[in-house]
Parts: sequence; structure tokens; C-alpha cells
Amino acid sequence: MNALLAMPLAVPLLGAALTMIVRARTAQRVISFVALAVSLGSAIAVLAHVAVTDEIAVSSLGGWPAPVAITLVGDRLSAMMLVIAVALLCVVLVFAIGQRASDERSPFYHPVYLVLSAGIAQAFLAGDLFNLFVAFELLLMSSYVLLTLEGTDAQIRSGTTYVVLNVVESTVLLTAVGLVFAATGTVSMADLPARLAELPDGVRTGLNLLLLVSFGIKAAVFPLFFWLPDAYPTAPSSVTAVFAGLLTKVGIYAMIRTETLLFPGGESTLLLWIAGFTMIIGVLGAMSHVEMKRILSFHIVSQIGYMVMGIAIGTEAALAATVFFLLHQIPVKTALFLVQGIVERETGTTAFDDVGGLARRSGFLAALFLIPALSLAGLPPFSGFLGKYALVRAGFEDGRWVIVTVALVGSLLTLVSMTKIWIGVFWGEVYPEVPAGRVGILRHHRLMSGSTIVLVLATLAIAALAGPLFDYCRAAGEQLVDASTYVRAVVGP
Amino acid sequence: MSLAMVVLIAVLFGSGTYLLLHRTLTRIVLGVGMLANGVNVLIVATSGPPGDAPIVGRDGATDSVPQALVLTAIVIGFAITAFLLALAWRNWTIGGNDEVEDDVEDRRVARAEERRVADVPSAEDVEL
Repeated sequence: MNALLAMPLAVPLLGAALTMIVRARTAQRVISFVALAVSLGSAIAVLAHVAVTDEIAVSSLGGWPAPVAITLVGDRLSAMMLVIAVALLCVVLVFAIGQRASDERSPFYHPVYLVLSAGIAQAFLAGDLFNLFVAFELLLMSSYVLLTLEGTDAQIRSGTTYVVLNVVESTVLLTAVGLVFAATGTVSMADLPARLAELPDGVRTGLNLLLLVSFGIKAAVFPLFFWLPDAYPTAPSSVTAVFAGLLTKVGIYAMIRTETLLFPGGESTLLLWIAGFTMIIGVLGAMSHVEMKRILSFHIVSQIGYMVMGIAIGTEAALAATVFFLLHQIPVKTALFLVQGIVERETGTTAFDDVGGLARRSGFLAALFLIPALSLAGLPPFSGFLGKYALVRAGFEDGRWVIVTVALVGSLLTLVSMTKIWIGVFWGEVYPEVPAGRVGILRHHRLMSGSTIVLVLATLAIAALAGPLFDYCRAAGEQLVDASTYVRAVVGP
Repeated sequence: MSLAMVVLIAVLFGSGTYLLLHRTLTRIVLGVGMLANGVNVLIVATSGPPGDAPIVGRDGATDSVPQALVLTAIVIGFAITAFLLALAWRNWTIGGNDEVEDDVEDRRVARAEERRVADVPSAEDVEL
């Protein structure tokens, strides 16, 4: 188990080193893909182990006993997140190669992309707060580079905002880690629950809030979200797709860990308010814009609200629903950005004034947009409906009527702004003019459309296999609610 | 923890935050540096009173874990500062200035809204 848990972290880093040396484009692509595929294989093996034996996989690096060594911990939640994340990175890599954009041609794209993948894997597996911080730095540093790789005016401008905001986030996180260490004498997530419980209430609340602020900036919750719709649209679509699908979700993952393991039930009222505002403000921002990528960026914020709602309610059912929502959200969000990337590649823009009628040119592309769009809005029979239904039901069971109402209103507004994209980009007269003899869209971008189709099929599969998947999520929720299983698995009884 | 350390941490955090709130990129870089070092000092301060070596078994040994943590943090802070300087340089070569500007799309949406509120006809309407 030791080596297996470290693979998703070590193999991409090794690949990154190799691609730094080998500058030939084809070789870089092959190395990237192989590294991610190996990483995916080991992630699936971890998932299978965790799901079949119902144990938490623990690996202590360097052979030291548990609280001293750097531990990697894979419970149900992290194993699942790991598999989705690495699979998504594989799919988007194919898309990026097919996109033939200038950023993938840069010799630094592949090394940085692999480091990003290692950072994300480490964030999900980290067994102590300091390594969580290091993982965040790893993935943030590579995201800075990916975001500004082309070095255009717009990228530098929004890149600066993004970098500075995230540096503030890292500073807050590192301060929190330092203070947690000062208060308890440990940063291991398995040791912390018992030691934090002994602290006075005031200190506990302070530490909890510091961690929440830093993860809140990362996850882009209200009122800390404003950097996201600013920074994401300027990056190339393949990069935005990965960021949209994974980076904010790493923040949510860290939040789940904090609120279940370290500070169970700590700030649920505050989180409920944050959840409500995030849903509504995010979707209102989306409605005010007239460009597809910006609308989708605001939707990231709005959807984060639903996951925070699940964390805030904090019952077993709510956490299971949150995990399922995460599972559905990552491929759906990414698929939408990939469709946007195809449209942008074909027409040069996705501003509603400059493009239209794509449904007439390619009904299939329109369908590729419509399925994840309706899923995001939460219409049956798509995966979003199941995720939202589980969340709303968990809310009702706990008697949280207000937040449930807000969530439903948010869903309705999401549908409205998805309709706006539909009318703006896909409906009406074909615009701009198509050169004679060029029919269809997807056939000209085989790699791009192929990877998008895989993702859309994955979202449909999540809806179709919702039964077994939800059973898994329920077990994950059980593990999260009962923090003692985590502690027992890492430091022993 | 001595009072001098506390004051130092407070000054680094305070001036770092103040510098970070400026629009000039060089000041932001300086602010980031101060903030990062403020945190580093804070972590060092958690390892116990100054002057003791981190050796197990001696009387009054300091905790070595924070020192390991702060080494990592220093390296990361260095990398981020270097990257920010590169960004500032690129910003200067493109625009010839050192300022962080507002988002173009945000400014456009805000202007459209102002026009709507003021009920001033837009440029296209006037042309018609």
C-alpha cells in the first residue's frame, strides 16, 4: 500500500523532471500521458482497495511511525477525489493537445501540467496540515505559470490579481498552520482532533476561522470569490477547464476535512450564510455577463455554494450528498468549459454579439453543451438533479428550510443563465459566416470533441449508475462524520 | 515568546498588508515579501525560547519541527517572490507602467449599467 499511495504524487513529478529535459514535443506528450495514466492506474487501485476492504489506506513515508512520519491517507473521500481528478487531467491533456493552442506548444506546458497533477494528488492525500499547505503551493505555483504562459496583456493583468490573492491565501493558511502548531504541538490531522478538543473555545474558533478564510479564498466562496471570474476567462480553455473542475474543489475538499475532522460542527451557522450568498451572488453575476466563458466562471462560484451548504448542514446524509455533488460537478463543469473551448477554436470568440446559430451548424455540439448545462441547472434525469435532490433532502431532514429555498431559487436562476448561453451561442441565425464547403464543427477538431464526448458520457454514466455511486458516497459520509475511524487508521487504537 | 518577536511579527504583518493594498506592483512584491517573512518569524517563534539548540536529551532543547517547517516556507516564499518579480517585469515591458488595472469586461458592464440608470442613449442609438 505504501508505494501505491505515493504513486499519484511521485510519478507525475518524475514525468515533470523528464519533460523538462526532453524538449521534443511528441516525446513530451507521450511522457505526460504515460505519467498520468500510471498515476490514474494507481489511484484506481487505491480506490478499489478502500472500497473493497472498507479500510482507510495509510502510508508513512520514510518508515517512521505514524505521527512522526509524513503520512499519506486515503479514505473513501480522498480516493474518490483522486481518481476523478487524475482521470480528468488525462482527458483534458488530450483536449489541450487537440486544441493546437500556443500554450500547449510551449516547452514548459507539460512539466507544469504534471506538477499541477502531483500537487492536486498530494492535496487529497495529505495526512497533515503542513503537507496540505505544501500541496496547495505546488498546485498554485503551477497554476500561476499555466495562467500566464502566453504572457499576453490580459493574462498578465488578471494573472497578477490571481497570484496576489492566492499568495494572501497561502499566507493565511501558513499562519493558521503555525498557530495550530503553537497551540497543540502537532500538525498531524490524526493527532489534532483530540488536542484541538482540549483547547479553550475562543482559540478553537480563531483557528477554525483562519483555516476557513484560507480555504474559502481557494474555493471562491462569498465574499472571497471576486478573483475567480476575473482570472479564469483569460486563460486558454483547456487550462480554465482544469482550474474550474479541480482547483476550487480542492478548497472544498480541505473545507470538508476541517469541518468534519478538526472542528466538527464548528461554524455551521456562518457556513450556512456563506452558502446562501455564494449561490445567489454567483448566479446573479453569471446573469449579468454576455460572454460564455465569464458566465461559466461565475457558475463555478454559484455551484460552490451548494457544496458549502452540505458541509454546513453536516449530517451524514448531507455530507454524502456533498460528496456526490462533488463527483457530479467536476466532470460537468469541465465539459462545459471544453465545449466553450471548441466554440472558441471554431469561431475565435464566445461573446454573444459575435457568435450565434451554432446549433444549425452542428446539432451534436449543441447536444454536448445542453446535457451538462441542464445537469448543472439540476434538471432530471441528469446527474445534477440527483446531487441537488440529495442535498435538498438532507436539508429538509435537518429542518433547514431557508437554505433549501435559497438553493432552489439558485437552481432556477442557473437554468435562466444557461438559457442565455443557449440563445446567445447556439440558437438563431448562423453567425459569423461559414466558409463555403466547411460543414459541421466536431469533425474538424477530432481530439477536442473526442475528449469532450468522453466527459459528457461520464456525466451520463454518473446519472445512470447513481445507485451504487451513492452507496459509496453514503459510506464516505459515514467515515467523515465519525472522525475516530480516521484517527484509528493512522495512529492505531 | 519574547515581546520583541511579537512586535516584529506585528510590524511585518501590518506593513506587508499596507503595501499589498497598493496598485503599484513593486510595492505589492515588497508587501508579499514582508508578509511571508512575518509568517516565517511567527513559525520560528513557536519553537520555544531563543538560544537553545534543537538537540534531543539536552535541557531546554527547542522544538525542531517548526524549523523544518520554516525552511520549506522560506523556499516557497522565495519562489513566489521571484515569480511576482517576473510578472511585474513582463507587465512593465507590455504596458510601460507598473499598475494593476481593472478588468476590461467589468468596466464595460459597469459602464453599460451606468448608462442604463442615467437613461443616456448609447453610442449606437445616437448613430441611428
